[in-house]
Amino acid sequence: MIAARSCLALFAVMLAPAVMAQGSTADEIAKYREALQQGNPAELWEARGEDLWKQKRGPKNASFERCDLGQGPGVVKGAYARLPKYFPDVDKVMDVEQRLVYCMTTLQGIPEVEAVKNHFGNGSEQRSVMEALVAWIASESRGATIDVSVAHPKEKEAYELGRQMFFYRAGPYDFACATCHGEAGKRIRLQDLPDLLATKDAQRAYATWPGYRVSQGEVRTMQHRLYDCYRQQRFPEPKYASDGITALTMFLAHNANGGRFDAPALKR
Amino acid sequence: MAEPMKIRASTVGDSTEVKVLMSHEMETGQRKDAKGQVIPAWFIQNVTVTWNDKTVLSAQWGTAISKNPFLSFKFKGGAKGDRITVTWTDNRGDRRTDVAVVA
Repeated sequence: MIAARSCLALFAVMLAPAVMAQGSTADEIAKYREALQQGNPAELWEARGEDLWKQKRGPKNASFERCDLGQGPGVVKGAYARLPKYFPDVDKVMDVEQRLVYCMTTLQGIPEVEAVKNHFGNGSEQRSVMEALVAWIASESRGATIDVSVAHPKEKEAYELGRQMFFYRAGPYDFACATCHGEAGKRIRLQDLPDLLATKDAQRAYATWPGYRVSQGEVRTMQHRLYDCYRQQRFPEPKYASDGITALTMFLAHNANGGRFDAPALKR
Repeated sequence: MAEPMKIRASTVGDSTEVKVLMSHEMETGQRKDAKGQVIPAWFIQNVTVTWNDKTVLSAQWGTAISKNPFLSFKFKGGAKGDRITVTWTDNRGDRRTDVAVVA
């Protein structure tokens, strides 16, 4: 009797890993995230970003207090959850980083080359102003509902362009964003990939960027996420804070409408 | 030089929970840069936490601690308004002290 039982148990054990590997890894990652929820190092970026926002910078010695992120000059609360959006003063659609570059060049008088320098940080020797600012701005939208409009023709245009980019196959691998993110249940190694055309997945994905990436020890923004996706697809490197990246962000953000924004998150 | 820590402390029942986020590279000395040169070890060596003037935690750290470390612990006692002081010293002699008030 005992022998039979242990034999059965052994059988069950042998079957289990193959069936459960993927689910249990995702569970373990979820546990890990929960354990670190109170200690997300992104908070260090948020604190630095808040200081940078209030600090007087550049040749014009101005802070960001007059920078309009779409909710009025200096209003940060809830701004991230409504970006990208159309800005009449520049007559185009901008995402948060493009808008920050615009504020740095116009309000603070910082040349554009300077403004986008070190846009992706690398340790204490190359701190990114952008990543800190975006981390703080995003944190001020925590709990807000993602509400990205495509009411304006330019917003609609950006959305449609983003959709085209999402399905555009090219490069040596003949990849598109949709190759990995257009179907449910896909993964890279053990990492589950969101189906960005499905509302739930799109919301969860969009609501958790920017994020602190443990593997890089840095807070990364949507710009970096898309830059890295294109790198993995072996596309040419997209220009930082370009209209193309904004269009693709527009497509992803609008698809995530209705989701509860919850970033900076903790990422693997 | 070193950037500020983020400290949270709150009292639940008869003990106080302290949570600290530190900003530090925590180089292991095992990594190489793009040119193939070894990046020298650079890490927090000593951590001391005091409650008012009493030391409640004293730790010696090494290179196995992650970058931007998160430290969480509890001690018996503590009340609202008490001062929690956290100090770290790294192997380059750089140090940082930050103070928080128990909530």
